[in-house]
Amino acid sequence: MPAIRPLHLLQACLFAALLMCGAPAWADAIHLGNGAEPESLDIHQSSGVSEANIQRDLFEGLIAEGPDASLIPGAAESWEISEDGTVYTFHLREGAVWSNGDPVTAGDFVYAFRRGLSPETAASYAFILYPVLNAEQYVAGEITDPGQIGIRAIDDATLEITLKAPTAYFLDMLTHHMAYPLHRASVEAHPGDWMKPGNLVSNGAFTLAEWQPQSFIRLEKNPRYHGADEVQLDEVFYYPTEDEGQELQRFRAGELDVTYDIPADQIDWIVANLNDQYRNFPYLGTYYYALNTTIAPFAGNPGLRQALSLAIDREVLTQKITRAGEIPAYSFVPPGVMRYQQQTMPWADWTQEARNNRAKELYAAAGYGPDNPLEVEILYNTSDNHKKVAIAIAAMWKQTLGVQASLRNEEWKAYLSSRDEKNFEIVRAGWIGDYNDANTFLELFVSDAGMMNNPGYDNPAYDELVKGGAFETDLAVREGMLEEAERIFLEDSPLIPIYFYTTQHMVQPKVEGWIDNIKDVHPSRFLSVGG
Amino acid sequence: MFAYTLRRLAGAVPTVFVIIAIAFFMIRLAPGGPFDQERSVPPEIQANLDRAYHLDEPLVQQFLRYLGDILTGDFGPSFRYKDFTVTELVAEGFPVSLKLGLAAMVIAVVVGFAAGAYAALRRNSGFDAATMTLAMTGIAVPNFVIAPLLTLTLGVWLALLPVGGWGSFDQAILPVVALALPEIAYIARLTRGSMLEVLRADFVRTARAKGLSERAMVLRHALQAAALPVLSFLGPTTAAVITGSVVIEQIFGIPGIGRYFVQGALNRDYTLVMGVVIFYAAVIIAFNLLVDLLYPLLDPRVRHD
Repeated sequence: MPAIRPLHLLQACLFAALLMCGAPAWADAIHLGNGAEPESLDIHQSSGVSEANIQRDLFEGLIAEGPDASLIPGAAESWEISEDGTVYTFHLREGAVWSNGDPVTAGDFVYAFRRGLSPETAASYAFILYPVLNAEQYVAGEITDPGQIGIRAIDDATLEITLKAPTAYFLDMLTHHMAYPLHRASVEAHPGDWMKPGNLVSNGAFTLAEWQPQSFIRLEKNPRYHGADEVQLDEVFYYPTEDEGQELQRFRAGELDVTYDIPADQIDWIVANLNDQYRNFPYLGTYYYALNTTIAPFAGNPGLRQALSLAIDREVLTQKITRAGEIPAYSFVPPGVMRYQQQTMPWADWTQEARNNRAKELYAAAGYGPDNPLEVEILYNTSDNHKKVAIAIAAMWKQTLGVQASLRNEEWKAYLSSRDEKNFEIVRAGWIGDYNDANTFLELFVSDAGMMNNPGYDNPAYDELVKGGAFETDLAVREGMLEEAERIFLEDSPLIPIYFYTTQHMVQPKVEGWIDNIKDVHPSRFLSVGG
Repeated sequence: MFAYTLRRLAGAVPTVFVIIAIAFFMIRLAPGGPFDQERSVPPEIQANLDRAYHLDEPLVQQFLRYLGDILTGDFGPSFRYKDFTVTELVAEGFPVSLKLGLAAMVIAVVVGFAAGAYAALRRNSGFDAATMTLAMTGIAVPNFVIAPLLTLTLGVWLALLPVGGWGSFDQAILPVVALALPEIAYIARLTRGSMLEVLRADFVRTARAKGLSERAMVLRHALQAAALPVLSFLGPTTAAVITGSVVIEQIFGIPGIGRYFVQGALNRDYTLVMGVVIFYAAVIIAFNLLVDLLYPLLDPRVRHD
């Protein structure tokens, strides 16, 4: 059919022209690998990092984060804190508007907080707002009048938040997506669909332009944003990249500017070939083995718990086994946490040989030896990396102490269920801080913390210090209390810190404004693409 | 024929019901729940979540509620992708999987059938050996090896084709090829075997005895008969391929529904798992029926009365 050929040609030309229109020459766009497909863009329904990255570009809370994750004024221009540290008064930015032109008011924050705490919303991260007076009671249904929650609009431009206790890290918490404002009219006009393109009204540097589930999310610059003049990107693309190997290939092919992660098994190749584009930075998180202190053999046996901790050569583990720049951990709270001096085990600067000798003494003192070896089981969720670590640790224990450790792996949800029901002797776990303060690490192990207290730790002295710290207004005193609490905790060794996490990305040289930081927060409003 | 179709469709109803019941209770038997995460939520929030999703009700009541909902066409919101209903996710994802799968199947049938038939006609020739070696390799090497190899060579090193994404023609080439390769291999082997058998059959000997040229015999009689086992194979295979491949979709970043089967189960996304299981069951039933309806057209011995 030769007659149709010219038509085909024409179509192809048109198509090519259309493609070019889709990406106008003036548009600066960045293409970001973003891990999982978002579970929701509703600020009250999401719980993951992938969602938070997008929401941070769309919304702006009272406090925002700079390119290095430092706290900067967001929707609030200034604020005062009462002397007892419980009442915060925020003055909203004058002239700030939503993407549809409506003014951003104090009422928008009151509405969003009440929605986020409502039992009907069932927000899984509602506990982030628990420092607010009566927030917890409202979530639990003990209070049904949202007016009793400690947040009120004094006028359109002034917001007052009352806390149940002074909370040193409260401003940091306000950067969380649970504390963003919502545009009430659009949320109520499109129930269940208000977060879709065309419906979503946002107050951040970008607006939601397109969402192809499992394919990409496209944001466009918000010309009404108060800092729009400084925003250099016209478009931001977020791609779900669940397969790290393929994400790296898309990066190498130039389809992605930044990756969400790197494939752990290709670290050598990356370091050898793309080292200038490889970013590895400490993260606010700890990888650890929790020992079940509610059952034998670990109940009431701190000597045995310490022996197991001492016998792990963390340098070998991070340099030979995990090999992605992880930092050996001799404390639970990671380094770089604000208002906190890192505490470490007394033997952190010993040689491994000295540690092993001490481990043998403690192991023998606990009544174990060659004729009576300790038999334990290590539970981890199915993953090559966790398996390698477990095999290495079991081997170190066997070699140094003669411990007979067996391994049990379970698929993720089954593992979570076993872990939370304390159906384990030793369990692999990890904790990433919700905010930059030691409290997010130490509060896990107060005796009534519930399921998050993996080891079932119960020490009244520790409880008193951690809970007391929450009510202490003198920051220096508070810091001292939390530090003492961790020293007690490390001495008791209900868990074995193994390494501190690092975040890993590939970043193209043309990306400007990317600053590695401990919270791994990189708002797109500070990024640009050169060239 | 019409009565046969109706009878088959009526027979499918109890099948689907049993599938729904088994899937519903099995996914709930699996340890862990849809809202378990690294950070376990406080009990009062867990209670709110259970109430919001009716997980606090007795299991039988949940089942009856679910049956009632799907009878009105409501498959519920996904527990994992909370901004979308299961119907929306399937409606957006299926056309993508369908296009990808059909393209792959068309290529697989044309190439596989031709190669298999030719190999059978040139039995024990160099072509036969080469095709069958390739086919064995195609069957033995899984998708998750072929796909990264293709992207590495054609996408990264030669930079001829995009590595991932969906929407343009060139983005579809690598995933279609990766998806088609193993099916080409299966179909080629199947066709060759079936063709060899047909070439020894009585009606072929008759055709030759009548003096029909080899070419006419193959084209008019042998190919048609050799296609029968391939057709049986195509029913369930096409159903499987057009409902998406989790490996191909994940590797190429394609927004199909294949990943929902596996990830829905891993996430304990009860509603999504149920939705795709029911959908998959319906597609398989439809394709098996289609194949059975096509059979009499190719094989005069089969009649649906």
